[in-house]
Amino acid sequence: MLSLFVIPGHDRRLIPEGRLSGPMPWVIAIMIFLMVLATATGLAFAEAGQNVSDQLSSRATVQIIQANPDIKARQANDAAARLRGMALVEEVRVLPPAEIEELIAPWLGQTDIAEAPETGSLLEDIPLPALIDLKLVRPAGQKELGELRAAVSPLAEGARVEPSSGLIAPVISLVQSLQWIAFGLVVLLAMATAAAVIISARAALNTHKETIGVIHLLGGTDRQISRLFQRRIALDALLGGILGLICGTAIILLLGIQLSALGSGLVQSLGLSWYSWLIIGAVPILGMVLAMVTARMTVMGALRKIL
Amino acid sequence: MNEIVQFENVGLRYGAGVETLSDLSFTLYPGSFYFLTGASGAGKTSLLKLLYLAQRPSRGLIRLFGEDAVTMSRERLPGFRRRIGVVFQDFRLVPHLSAFDNIALPLRVSGVKEKDLTTPVAEMLDWVGLGDRAEARPATLSGGEQQRVAIARAVIGRPEILVADEPTGNVDPEMAVRLLQLFEALNTLGTTIVVATHDIHLLSKVPGAQMMKLEKGGLSDPTGSLRNPPLPRDRA
Repeated sequence: MLSLFVIPGHDRRLIPEGRLSGPMPWVIAIMIFLMVLATATGLAFAEAGQNVSDQLSSRATVQIIQANPDIKARQANDAAARLRGMALVEEVRVLPPAEIEELIAPWLGQTDIAEAPETGSLLEDIPLPALIDLKLVRPAGQKELGELRAAVSPLAEGARVEPSSGLIAPVISLVQSLQWIAFGLVVLLAMATAAAVIISARAALNTHKETIGVIHLLGGTDRQISRLFQRRIALDALLGGILGLICGTAIILLLGIQLSALGSGLVQSLGLSWYSWLIIGAVPILGMVLAMVTARMTVMGALRKIL
Repeated sequence: MNEIVQFENVGLRYGAGVETLSDLSFTLYPGSFYFLTGASGAGKTSLLKLLYLAQRPSRGLIRLFGEDAVTMSRERLPGFRRRIGVVFQDFRLVPHLSAFDNIALPLRVSGVKEKDLTTPVAEMLDWVGLGDRAEARPATLSGGEQQRVAIARAVIGRPEILVADEPTGNVDPEMAVRLLQLFEALNTLGTTIVVATHDIHLLSKVPGAQMMKLEKGGLSDPTGSLRNPPLPRDRA
């Protein structure tokens, strides 16, 4: 590929090059800019989904369903003690009533809890289950959940064991869909870039038809001619790509600052690791390679039609 | 004597039209000088296009340098074209290149190193009287000067065959004689020369040259002297 940029000056003059004079570098700059944004979006969603999934995959919740608060508290403590003794379980935490109140607050409202009847606590009027939060030593599969149920059931009849990942499965699924839509956009943009390169290469071929004809008749090969176009388009793509990358990176950083200011759950987990940045940085290079390959195929295809 | 070009029953048709060239059969020998004459539209340029491999015939056999040029693969054509020098009727100079770069083009296409081409190109520019116009673009040259650049470009690579289409059409009689002298000099060095021309006065200026006359796409005297191998010009 390096040989493309070390073509002697006299060969380069065969097909005049005007840097940033035509629309091609600007079209590629816009395409690369959009590709950078789409790639960053896809990667951010992929990482967020993975982070959340990693955090929750080894967690499970035990629900002790019992109307009598005293029995419920005893069953919860017994179950917690049993669970602490299991090798599968790394951490056990019985959720205090205040935390459960917080959890249901979005549905019942703080005001309702505060203004609860004279008992002072809504928990005493609503038969809420006791919750035990578990952190396991490995992801909670069906086998692990079965072991947990077997351990808890004798102590608390009707106790439920649920993997935490199941609770946000629809969110993960949505995040994954968004991720694939973003990557789909990247593919579509790459196809649009290739189409723009084809149009540009054909136009350039048409403009330099006479020169190409002369080079052919003097014994020039298709490869010699296509190299000239490849180089020209590669340089256009590189310049446009760098411009697109700079603009795209600026937007990503700006959005990153704004998202981190929101400071809420999944949104805050939207971030880009160093290898994601590496992929984003490679977008203009991949764009240039795509443009070069497309230009070469277009030019070689067109030259093959000439004797 | 081995033939350098051989045509057998060659016909050329553009699209679905009538044949521009019909039943051409002749042989060209190395080191010979040929004039190709005929009225406008007789098919001179078409015949030259077949010779310099810009066109494949619709039928018949063409052998060039002992090889079948009709079925030759595209990949092999550049190698054969480098052995043929062409002076186009419309010059076909590359407009954005200087006279020097235009003349150097065949050498660069063949991969000659830059340090090895400066002297021959400069000498060729001097020879055609354009030593002081090396950096001039074609648009700033007169018709005659452009034609001389085109001729210099055709001969710079010492081709085995030189094909010239009306090479003296735009130059004064004195320059025409000089150019013919250049062709003769090349011919004596072994280059086969084929010059298409309207100017029958040129024929007398190259003693021993053979003549092919085209009429309505065919040779007017297909059983004439071309059937017999002529002696090379330096021995004629």
